[in-house]
Amino acid sequence: MRWLWIDRITDLIAGERASAIKAVSLAEEHLHDHFEGDPSTGRSALPVMPGTLILEGMAQTAGILVGYSSGFREKVVLAKVVRADLSLDALPGHVIRYDVRITQISPQGAATAGDVWLSDAADLNSPPRRLGTIDLIFSHIDQNMAGSEFGDHNFVFGESFWTLLRLSGVQPPSA
Amino acid sequence: MTREDIFDKVRGVLIEALALDEDEVTPNAKLTSDLGAESIDFLDIQFQLEQAFGFKIEQGELFPENVQQDPEFVQGGKVTEKGIVALKEKLPHADFTELQSDPRVSRVPELFTVDAIVNFCQRKLAASA
Repeated sequence: MRWLWIDRITDLIAGERASAIKAVSLAEEHLHDHFEGDPSTGRSALPVMPGTLILEGMAQTAGILVGYSSGFREKVVLAKVVRADLSLDALPGHVIRYDVRITQISPQGAATAGDVWLSDAADLNSPPRRLGTIDLIFSHIDQNMAGSEFGDHNFVFGESFWTLLRLSGVQPPSA
Repeated sequence: MTREDIFDKVRGVLIEALALDEDEVTPNAKLTSDLGAESIDFLDIQFQLEQAFGFKIEQGELFPENVQQDPEFVQGGKVTEKGIVALKEKLPHADFTELQSDPRVSRVPELFTVDAIVNFCQRKLAASA
């Protein structure tokens, strides 16, 4: 099972845009180590969603958008982080929203531009705050790694992605 | 658009795509060996050129494909005469002087200089004018 860093897709338009949310929970074990306290210095623990995993959440949201745009025929792989600026901490009880749009798409891959927003689950009436921006480039690897064979099986979009899509009300593309 | 204007735009794209300083982008600089471009940067550069100039670049138009995999074009790690002809046809914007004197296949990426990109953009703009 691939480790998913988004809980639900809330918007998905092929070739155009997607949104997804992720609820941050203190039950997630990695928050216990990031950052753990140090009793010898008296430093308290500070559970913060790691920026790298926020980036992964955007990569999954954008990757699904790019994959969906080709009817999931292409193997979509994150190729380059063009820009990632994150300026707020996502803490337990926060909801992260990823908004992403395709800026360019070609047979070889796609470029996406995304915004990350932060809401407090305890105060959903307040407007979300901008957590950052993440721009990415994806490769359709079968179109780029000339001479390499990756087979027919699309290992990028596995069963866990289909579960996420189904739970989000997204119909799989017709075969 | 003058060649200087095109160069300025290309320089802007390369600074952005490869995180360079302005003075690093000289006409003769090679994208890979001088400016540190890796294979995936070529897709980024292609996308950014399309946005900067407003034209569409087809697959294989700016950077070649399937030449290095063809046994007729590459033998014993070197680009054959036939291969050079095929590459020249695909890449009229590149200067082949160095590759012809040393046709090792590992030197093919060195065809892509800043000047070659500027030539390519100039030809594209002229064709669409």
